[in-house]
Amino acid sequence: MVDIRSDASAAIPPAEVEDVELYHPRSWWTKYVFSQDAKIIAIQYSMTAIAIGMVALVLSWLMRLQLGFPGTFDFIDADHYYQFITMHGMIMVIYLLTALFLGGFGNYLIPLMVGARDMVFPYANMLSYWLYLLAVLVLAAGFFAPGGPTGAGWTLYPPQAILSGTPGGKDWGILLMLSSLILFIIGFTMGGLNYVVTVLQGRARGMTLMRMPLTIWGIFTATIMALLAFPALFVAAVMMLFDRLLGTSFFMPAIVEMGEQLKQGGGSPILFQHLFWFFGHPEVYIVALPAFGIVSDLISTHARKNIFGYRMMVWAIVIIGALSFIVWAHHMYVSGMNPKFGFFFATTTLIIAVPTAIKVYNWVLTLWRGDIHLSLPMLFALAFIVTFVNGGLTGLFLGNVVVDVPLSDTMFVVAHFHMVMGVAPIMVIFGAIYHWYPKVTGRMLNEAMGQIHFWVTFLGAYLIFFPMHYLGLLGIPRRYHDLGEAAFVPESAHTLNAFISVMALTVGAAQILFLFNLVWSLKKGREAGGNPWRATTLEWQTPQTPPAHGNWGKELPVVYRWAYDYSVPGAAEDFIPQNQPGLGGPTREAAS
Amino acid sequence: MSVMLLFLAAIAAIIIWWMAQQRLTSRPWLEVGRLGQPGGGERSQIPPAKIGLYVFLGVVGALFSLFISAYLMRVGTPDWWSTPIPRLLWLNTAMLIVSSAAMQWAKTEAERGRDDTMRTALLAALATAILFLTGQVFAWRELTEAGYVLADNPANSFFYVITGMHGLHILGGLVALGRTTVKAWSAPASRSLRLSVDLCAVYWHFMLAVWLILFALFAGWANDFADLCRQLLT
Repeated sequence: MVDIRSDASAAIPPAEVEDVELYHPRSWWTKYVFSQDAKIIAIQYSMTAIAIGMVALVLSWLMRLQLGFPGTFDFIDADHYYQFITMHGMIMVIYLLTALFLGGFGNYLIPLMVGARDMVFPYANMLSYWLYLLAVLVLAAGFFAPGGPTGAGWTLYPPQAILSGTPGGKDWGILLMLSSLILFIIGFTMGGLNYVVTVLQGRARGMTLMRMPLTIWGIFTATIMALLAFPALFVAAVMMLFDRLLGTSFFMPAIVEMGEQLKQGGGSPILFQHLFWFFGHPEVYIVALPAFGIVSDLISTHARKNIFGYRMMVWAIVIIGALSFIVWAHHMYVSGMNPKFGFFFATTTLIIAVPTAIKVYNWVLTLWRGDIHLSLPMLFALAFIVTFVNGGLTGLFLGNVVVDVPLSDTMFVVAHFHMVMGVAPIMVIFGAIYHWYPKVTGRMLNEAMGQIHFWVTFLGAYLIFFPMHYLGLLGIPRRYHDLGEAAFVPESAHTLNAFISVMALTVGAAQILFLFNLVWSLKKGREAGGNPWRATTLEWQTPQTPPAHGNWGKELPVVYRWAYDYSVPGAAEDFIPQNQPGLGGPTREAAS
Repeated sequence: MSVMLLFLAAIAAIIIWWMAQQRLTSRPWLEVGRLGQPGGGERSQIPPAKIGLYVFLGVVGALFSLFISAYLMRVGTPDWWSTPIPRLLWLNTAMLIVSSAAMQWAKTEAERGRDDTMRTALLAALATAILFLTGQVFAWRELTEAGYVLADNPANSFFYVITGMHGLHILGGLVALGRTTVKAWSAPASRSLRLSVDLCAVYWHFMLAVWLILFALFAGWANDFADLCRQLLT
C-alpha cells in the first residue's frame, strides 16, 4: 500500500537550507535596465525576441510576395530573396524561439514555479541578456552592412557561404552572422547554467523533482540539451570564421571561384554539416520540449483535470532529449553518406516517435471527460496538439531515406518543419502569453481581440502550410527565387502560391493585432487578481501580483503536493495549490 | 563524431546515475504532504556554485570533444602532414602539471585553515599558469618561424585553433584565480574564499586533463585510437 497522508505538516523538518541573500537594486538603472531580477530579465528577453521576431515576420512577407507574385516587386531580386530566407530562418529558430522559450519563459517561470526568490547566479543572468541583446544587434547590423546580410541559407553550408557568389559571402554578412551566433552561444551558456542550477538547487522545501510542473521539466531538459548542443554550432562558427578570414581549409575543398583557383583545398564541407546538424537537430527539441511542458500545464489547468500519466510525461521528455542527439544525420540523407548510416539514423528517428506519441496520447487522455474551458490558452493548446501531430506525421515520411530522397529540397520539407517547429511552438508561445500575462502585468488580455487573433492565426497557418505539402509533392523546389516556366509546374501551382501569399499577409496582420492587445491590455485590461485561472502551481500563489522583488514576501513557500490537484473529490475548491497542506475549506473538517 | 558520442555517453551515464537517486518512479499524486527522504528528490547540500561549475565543465568538455571529433574526421586526408611538436610543449605541460598540483595544495591548506601556505600555493599556481600561457605563445612563435603557419596545412590550422581555444580557457581561469588570490592576500580566509579556491582547483585539474588529451592527440599517440574509430565506422 502506498502511504497516503493528507495532513502531514508535522512531517516537515525545519528549514535546513538558509534563505539566500538577495541582491537589491539601488537605482532606477539597476532596477529596470541592468537588472539582476529574473523577472525583469525575462521581460527584457521576451521583448527583444518579439522585436527581432517581427523583423523575421516582415521578411517572410517579402519572400511570400516574391513567390506569390514573381516579378511584380523589383526590389526583391534573387540576392535579396536569399538574404530574406537566411535571416528569417536564423532569427525565428534561434533568436526568437530559443530565446523566448528559455530566456523568456525560463527566466520568468523557473524561480516562481520552483519556489525560489531568484536565479542562483543573478549577475551571470544579467550578462546573459546583455550578450543576447548584443548578438541581436550584431545580427541586425547585417542589414546595414556593405553587401547586406548573408544569403547562405540558415544552414550556412560552406563552401558557398563564404564565396563571392553568395550575398554577404565575401562582404560583412557572413562575418556578422557568425559573430552574432558566437555571442549568442556565450550568452546562452551563462543563462543556461542558471536555469539548470536553479532547478537543481533553488527549489523550495517539499518541491521534489517529481512534484515539479511539467513546464519546468521541459525547460530544464531543453536547457541541458542546449548546453551540450550549442558548442557544436560554436565550433562550426569558429572554424568557418577562420576559413573566411585567415584562409584555413577546415571546410573549404579545392574550388574555383570566378575563374580563379583558390589557395584553400582539401577541407570537408560534410564536416560542417555534421557539426551543424549535431546542433541543429537537438535544437528542434530545445524548442519543442519547453512547448511540450507548457502545453501540459495549460491543458491540465484549463481542463480542470490532473495530467494523465505524469511520470510517463517526465520520462518521455527525458528520453526524447536523449534520443534527439543520435538522429542528426537524417538531415543529411542526400549528402552522399554511407547507406548503412542512413538506415541507422532513420531507425533512431522513427524511435523518437514512440515517446512523442505517448505524450500526445496523454494530452488527449487528460482532455478526455475533463471540464474543458475553451479559454484562449486552451484554444492555443488544442491548436498545438493538432498542428504538432500533423507536422509529426510528415516527419515520419521524411525520416525514411527512400521517401526523403525525392522529397528533399522541395516545399514539402518547408511545410513539414514549419508545421512541427514553426507553427506548433508558436501556438504554445501564444497560449503561454495569454496564460501568464495576468501574472506578469496584473491584467487580463482582451478576449475579443484574442479570439480574432487565435482563429485567424490557426486557420490561416493551415491555409498557408497545407497547400505547401501539395506543392512539395508536385516537386516544386524550395529555395527558388523564381520558378520560371518549368514543364512540371502546372498553372494551378502558381495560383496556389498566390493564395498562400495572401494568407501569409493575413496571418501576419493578425500578429499586429496581438501586439496591440499586449500594449492595450497593459492599461485597459480587466484586473486579473492573483490567480485568475484558479491554478495550482506556485507562481499563482505569490503574495503580490505582479510578483514583487524576491517573489515570496517574508517566507518561502513550502510544497505539500504535486502540481496537478484539480477536481480532487472532497476538496473545498476544484483546485488545491501546491503549497496548501490539506484539502482546504470547511469541507475538510466536515469530512473528518 | 565518435569522440563526441563517447563524451555524450559519459554525460548520459552521469545523468542516469543522478536520476536513479531522484525517485523517478514515485507516484506524486498519492504522496500528499510527505516530503522526500534525505537524498530522495530533495536538493543536495553541495553549494550551487560548485554544481554550476560542474555543469559548465560539461559544456567545456562538449566543446573540446567536438573539436577533437572534427580533428579526427579531418586527420589523414591527402593534404594532411603532421605538425611537429615543439620541444617547449613538454616544458609547458610540466608547468601546467605543477600549477594543478599547487592548486590542489592550496585547496588542502585552505581546508586545514593554514592561510599562509594557502596564499603561497595560490601564488605558485598563478605564476606557473602564467608561465604555461607564455610558453604556449613561444611555442606558437617557434612553429611559425619554422614555417608552419596557420593556413598552410589543416594540421597546423587545427593545432593553432585548438591550443588557442585551450589557452583562452586558461586565460579565463586566470581571471578567476587572480581575483581569488587577491582576495586571499587582502583578507583572512572566509568560507566563500575556501569555496573559490576549491572551484579554481577543480577547474585547473579539468583543464590539465583536457591539455593532456590534446597533447596526446597532437603528438600522434592518439592515432591508433583514431584508426580504430575509422575502422568501426567503415
